[in-house]
Amino acid sequence: MNLPEAFRIAMRALAANKARSALTMLGVIIGVAAVILLVAIGTGVQGEITGQIEGLGSNLLFIVPGQYSGGMGGDQAPPARRLTLEDADLISRKVEGVSAVVPVLQGGATIKAGNRSMRVVVAAGNEQGTEVFTSTLAGGRHYRRSEVQVAARVVGLGSRVAETLFPGKDPVGQRVSINGQRFTVIGYYESLGGGLSGDQDSQVYIPVTTAQRLFGVNFINTIVVKAATADDVERVKSEIRRVLTPRYGEEFTVFTQEQTLGLLSDLLGTLTYMLAGIAGISLLVGGIGIMNIMLVSVTERTREIGIRKAVGARTYDILSQFVIEAVALSVLGGTVGIVLGWSGAAAMARFTPVPTDVTPWAVALAFFFSAGVGVFFGVYPAWKASRLDPIVALRYE
Amino acid sequence: MSPVAGREVVLETIGVSKSYPLEGVVVNALCGVDLRIHRGEMVSIMGPSGSGKSTLMHIVGLLDTPTEGQVLLDGEDVSRMTPNQLAALRNKHIGFVFQAFNLLPRTTAQANVELPLVYGGVSGPERARRAVEALERVGLGYRTGHFPSQLSGGQQQRVAIARALVNRPSIVLADEPTGNLDSRSGVEVMAMLQDLNAQGITVVVVTHDDRIARHAERIVHILDGRVRSEEIVAERVLAAEELRSMPPEEVAG
Ligand SMILES: Nc1ncnc2c1ncn2[C@@H]1O[C@H](COP(=O)(O)OP(=O)(O)O)[C@@H](O)[C@H]1O
Ligand SMILES: [Mg+2]
Repeated sequence: MNLPEAFRIAMRALAANKARSALTMLGVIIGVAAVILLVAIGTGVQGEITGQIEGLGSNLLFIVPGQYSGGMGGDQAPPARRLTLEDADLISRKVEGVSAVVPVLQGGATIKAGNRSMRVVVAAGNEQGTEVFTSTLAGGRHYRRSEVQVAARVVGLGSRVAETLFPGKDPVGQRVSINGQRFTVIGYYESLGGGLSGDQDSQVYIPVTTAQRLFGVNFINTIVVKAATADDVERVKSEIRRVLTPRYGEEFTVFTQEQTLGLLSDLLGTLTYMLAGIAGISLLVGGIGIMNIMLVSVTERTREIGIRKAVGARTYDILSQFVIEAVALSVLGGTVGIVLGWSGAAAMARFTPVPTDVTPWAVALAFFFSAGVGVFFGVYPAWKASRLDPIVALRYE
Repeated sequence: MSPVAGREVVLETIGVSKSYPLEGVVVNALCGVDLRIHRGEMVSIMGPSGSGKSTLMHIVGLLDTPTEGQVLLDGEDVSRMTPNQLAALRNKHIGFVFQAFNLLPRTTAQANVELPLVYGGVSGPERARRAVEALERVGLGYRTGHFPSQLSGGQQQRVAIARALVNRPSIVLADEPTGNLDSRSGVEVMAMLQDLNAQGITVVVVTHDDRIARHAERIVHILDGRVRSEEIVAERVLAAEELRSMPPEEVAG
């Protein structure tokens, strides 16, 4: 008996028990769909976050207070001393090969215009911020050096803020109040789109000096430094350390963009594997379901096996028939699972802020894994069936 | 003159015994059975229930192996053959008809009849043609697409006979072929077996019923797993004549 023949027999057997075949496949369908979907989420989130960091521009270094030992551990003590504008000044004066030094301060605030208001994140920097951040102006202008120097009350609005406060109007030149202080709108920005970055559209941008007054603080959160060329990054990093060590000792950390990226993609990669692993377990459970049903099926069809052997079926014929049945169940289930997982991922990317990315390797892996599950869990029942003594099988009630 | 004189032996058992260990006691289903079946003959194996008829038929049909003794098919000892070799021999040389029909459920009459051809490596239109031809031979040419559940007992047994003869076997073994049938269907099945035999196929009928046994040329009586006697049937019952004497309105379809 040849393979197409065995395939036809297996298909007929599966069709004869449609409900049971479908329920058995359900385990594999869910398993494969889960693998595809979860890996797609993992890869999508990874891509989006690394994309965002890369989008900040290249050759960046980030200086934060406190000691970070590389890992993403959460047990660091709060920094003893915060960075100040003087530190940023010092770096721009003393470090060679630097094209921008941006002191950054962030905080929450309420913004009002007329009777409209919303909660926003205030992101403050200096006039060199445009070198470092990639948001695009939709109208108006950025704040200038002179405005940073005098702590002018000027503000640029994220796209959602502009839409909320001034629907259908040009906000440039309008008055707003932030935490009760009056500001003039000098520009507004294009939307950065949905996804996880939805937040950035709800930000407003003001000079760092203005922000310090607004929040009543004399420190800043972070200093972002841009090295002139990629070759300068490591040298700039050690020079920053040299400049800041006399002031802070070891109580500050300089991350390069590459380090941050590496750290994040390590973490997200691990997360993706974890998701795939969890989904893989459900696929395994689906496989055990196949084995269970195939064992039941072998017992139920003992007489059929006896009849087939009586008329000349060899061990191999029975073995291949049942293995093919199991593999057909798992491959069919796997295919449906891929379609479901793929459309689920597409729907998720469209209708939720969660980004997804269906990679060919995840699809291939899920498919071959499900086929493997069919072979692995189908062989034992099939072997049992093929070893049945024809006479015992025929006498089976 | 004996009806078997001068005919070649197609199947032979020499000192065949079969015992089953059952809860510490050994049950001897067969004890030293010597049996010869000649090419082209129709023979009955007759005995009361539990006498070992089915066990003997399974051994003769290469479905089961004896505990002791030899089985020769066309003069060749089959005792050292592997299960797969035996399967190939059954496929080529032996057709079975069982009391319980043993058709595959949810499988059409034609697909059931094709089964021996599937495992015999016959495929495509040739296989379908031969299956339909075999079904026509048992008068079921118009029922090829029916499932066993849509057929009467007599029709199911005729499908089983078609399956038994489709691969042109040297011998057809029938174990109580009429046991589950009403009397008219039973006679029809016997008529069919006699018809096959008339066309040269060796037929062995296993039965406990004396009247069924008398459809054969020769009867082997067995009791408690031993051959007690052999008998040449003096007045063979001809099923075709029986059918003619039966009320015509009971025509089976
Ligand atoms: N698988 C088995 N295990 C134990 N005893 C068996 C088995 N098969 C048959 N027997 C015994 O062998 C004897 C003959 O059985 P069988 O050949 O079926 O008789 P018959 O067909 O003449 O009614 C019986 O006593 C039966 O109980
Ligand atoms: Mg019996």
